[in-house]
Formats: sequence, C-alpha cells, structure tokens
Amino acid sequence: MSEMIRIENLVFNYTREQDDEEISAIRDVSLTVNKGSFTAIIGRNGSGKSTLAKNINALLLPSSGVVYVNGYDTAKEEDVWNIRQSAAMVFQNPDNQIVSSIVEDDVAFGPENLGVEPEQIRKRVDDSLKAVNMYQHRKKAPHLLSGGQKQRIAIAGAIAMRPECIVFDEPTAMLDPKGREEVMSIIKELHQEGITVVLITHFMEEAAQAERIVIMDRGKIALDGTPGEVFLHRDAIQEMNLDVPLAVELSWRLRRRGIDIPEDIISMEEMVEFLCQYK
Amino acid sequence: MIRDITLGQYFPGKSWVHRLDPRIKIIATLVYIAALFVAHDFLGILIAVGALAMVIAISRVPLSFMLRGLKPIFLIILFTFVLNLFMIPGKVMARIWILTITEEGLYMAFFMAARLILLIIGSSLLTLTTKPMSLTDGIESLLSPFRKLGVPAHELAMMMTIALRFIPTLLEETDKIMKAQQARGADFESGNIIRRAKSLIPILVPLFISAFRIAQELAMAMEARCYRGGKYRTRMNAMKLEARDFAALILMILFLAGMIAERILL
Repeated sequence: MSEMIRIENLVFNYTREQDDEEISAIRDVSLTVNKGSFTAIIGRNGSGKSTLAKNINALLLPSSGVVYVNGYDTAKEEDVWNIRQSAAMVFQNPDNQIVSSIVEDDVAFGPENLGVEPEQIRKRVDDSLKAVNMYQHRKKAPHLLSGGQKQRIAIAGAIAMRPECIVFDEPTAMLDPKGREEVMSIIKELHQEGITVVLITHFMEEAAQAERIVIMDRGKIALDGTPGEVFLHRDAIQEMNLDVPLAVELSWRLRRRGIDIPEDIISMEEMVEFLCQYK
Repeated sequence: MIRDITLGQYFPGKSWVHRLDPRIKIIATLVYIAALFVAHDFLGILIAVGALAMVIAISRVPLSFMLRGLKPIFLIILFTFVLNLFMIPGKVMARIWILTITEEGLYMAFFMAARLILLIIGSSLLTLTTKPMSLTDGIESLLSPFRKLGVPAHELAMMMTIALRFIPTLLEETDKIMKAQQARGADFESGNIIRRAKSLIPILVPLFISAFRIAQELAMAMEARCYRGGKYRTRMNAMKLEARDFAALILMILFLAGMIAERILL
C-alpha cells in the first residue's frame, strides 16, 4: 500500500504570546498514513494533535523534520497548492469556515480557487452536496442550518476539491449528539469510498471507529495501533486523562473477575453479542 | 429572532427585472441617475417617472417596498425642499416674517424633491430586485477592467461577500455576549444616553475580540481551500448576457437619448 502522509521526526515550536516563552507543541513525531486508511489521532487539549493536523496541510511548517503529503514536501512553497488539494481539511467551527452566504456557492469555493472549468464545478458541487446529503438545501443561507448541517456543508466543500485525503480537525467538537452522529457517518462513508481519513478528535468513542488509533500526549505519540491493540493499555490511557470506550472498560473489569473476553471487542454491540453467547 | 433577519432588502421574485444580468441593472441604475441630472424641467421628470413606473410594474415589487427606502432620508428631502423654497431669488409670491417664497423657489423646491425621490426609488429598485450575492458578482465584473489601474476588483467583491456572510454570525455573537453580560447583572436599558452608551463597552470589547478570532479562523480555512486571491480563479456561475439583457440595454439607450433630446429640443 502506498503512503499518503509521511511525517519524519517532526518538531514544531512556537512562541507563546503572553510571556514570549518557547513552547514545543510537537516533539519528534514520526508517523506514516497509508492511502485509503482511516486513522484517528486522539489526545487531550494541548497534546499537539491540532498542530499536527495543520502541519499536514502546510498551514504550519515544521521547525525541524519533514512532512510529505502525497510525495510533496510541505516545506516547498511551490507545492503548497498541490498539498492542499490532495489533503483537504475540515475544521472545528462550522461557522468560521463557510465563506459564502449561499450553500452551493460555498461548496464551489475550493474548485473555483483551483481554476476548474465552470461546468465541471457545477457537477462537483452537485455530487459533493449529494454525498453529504445536503443537496436539497443547496440554495439556502448557511446561518439558517443546524451545526451538523453546516459541518456537512464544510465537508462537501472539502470533497469538491476532489482530494485523496481529508484531515478532520475535531469536526464534531462543537456539535450536538445528533450532528456528531451525522458527521461521523459521513466520515465513515467517505472512507469506504476510498478517501484517506485522518480524524483528530478527543472523543474516544469516535476514535474507536477508526482502523488505527494514534494517541498523542505532550507532543509525542504515546500509543499507536489498531483499536484492539491500543485499548489493551487501559491504565496508560487513563493516566493520560483519556477515557476508554464503555465496552473496553467493561471487558477490563470482567476480565479482572476471571471472565475471558477477547481483546478485539471494543463496541457495545460486539460486547452484547459476546455476552449473550457466553456460557 | 436574530435568525430571521434578511440580508439587504432583496424582494424575491422571478420577474423580467429580477432575471436581468446584475451588470446591466447596475449600469441601468447609473444611467437613470445620470438622466435625472440631465432633466431640467418637469417634462423631463415626467418622462423619468414614466420610465421608472414601467420598470416597477414589470418587477412586480409592491410600491410600499419602494417607498420604505424613502423613510431614512425623508429629512434630507424636506430640508432640500425648504431650502429651495426660501432661498431662490425671483418673483415674490408670499412673505412670511423674514422669509420670502418666490415663484422660481417653489418650482425648484418641487423639482429638486422630485429628483431626489426618483433617485432613491431608482436605486432601491436595484437592491430590491438583485440578490446581494449577484450584486457583488456584478460589481466585481464591472470593476475588473479597471484592475490594471490598481482597482482591487476581486478583493472588494470578496470583502463584500464575507461581510454579507458574517452579518448573521456576528449578530448571533452579539446576542450571546449580551445575554452573558445580562446574566451577570449588566443593565443595557436604563439610564440616559451616555450611560447606555457606556454600558455597550462590555459588549463591544468581547465582540471585537471574537471578530478577530473568527477572521483568523476563516483566513486559515480559506487558505486550506487553496484561496490565493483572484488569480487563476474561475467562477461556477459565469455571468452571461441574454437576449433580454440586450433588450434592456437598448431601452436604456433610448431612454437616455430621449432625456437628452428633451433637454436640447424643448
């Protein structure tokens, strides 16, 4: 499988405004994301996960180390548009990333910037809006939509650029449970259609739906593996002030009482199914 | 309540006037304003009234919407009227205390007021029948020939687009801040004007801070979507002139020619 993103020994420092102190947001992170994969990057506030996301999109540039996106070095200025086209980004606040006061004009913004032909833009806009199930709202004003709907518009705006990879920077953090569910189901659908997904989140339940979980703590990668592998380190995860999914916690407690639960059980449905057949 | 605000004063419709190319409508408005200054007597004004009445009838926008635009400048019209009424020298008609009304003054007062009223109604017809977004596109397209002279056509249009987009967002933000301050005992309603103005400071400061934060986030999101100014940029809805646009153009030229002829010949 070929590589979508390769990060080598990334270090990112910035100067804090209040006291001019030099802060290391990312300290020596190396990470490879394969094409077509679904990776969740999780960590609490200040763990460096959002900074990492912005480094992938060349919105921030490494203090040292290299980031390759689709083979392009993010530090090379001439490739920046190729990078942003191949790895699109969806941000946390749905309000502050919508540019136009008409839904379909906003979705057209990316392809317009790329200089795509008008008829082609129209087709991309329609396809993208249908993909996020917002086609019927194409003429509306964004401020009349719900948070989840606005975030779906932002996702459509990213898809319309026809990227190979989409980096989601805490896309559900400002949404209600219903909006969160809508956005998660679209993210999973996009992954199934072959788009490489990098999901930055602080909800473990969301991260558990990915193929791979990378846990970041204080600017470093603390754990990396499939959800099953990562959740074996329940104590370490809790020490980093993160929660494990309820099913994982339950199996850990049951295991302590001598009930042998397979480690690949991470969701409630799997747990229910297993327990019903348990003798 | 804030969610219901309408942007601009667009009156939705599908009339011939609504569907005209925004560029044609902007030019038509400018031509109409120029024609109003060509007119120098009541016959000219009458022709202008007739032309406007025809366009309003076609647009099917209720007259009350047109007149609404006059409200904020009613004082200016009144002021112009009174000033002309008393200040123009000529044949005296009436004398009130130290003020005199002349025949010429009375004539000019009505003439200037009529011109102003037509000017306002004519330009509000543009904003009533054109969506703010199309208006922005039209302005960008009309200004683009002047780009070589350093007119930032695309940047101006982008600023207008973003301003329109963020009016509701900032209103919501204001509402949120006001409620947060009220919850902590802020009082915006009582006291004299100065006190009330002062009580707005705790709203304005956080509002500005959040406006800057929003601007920064939006700039980053725009960059992530490959925004690099007007260069290389294409548009989804490229504006195209249709038969009705050319018809409007011809009518416009005829109208202007008529107005000029009226001034020279009559």
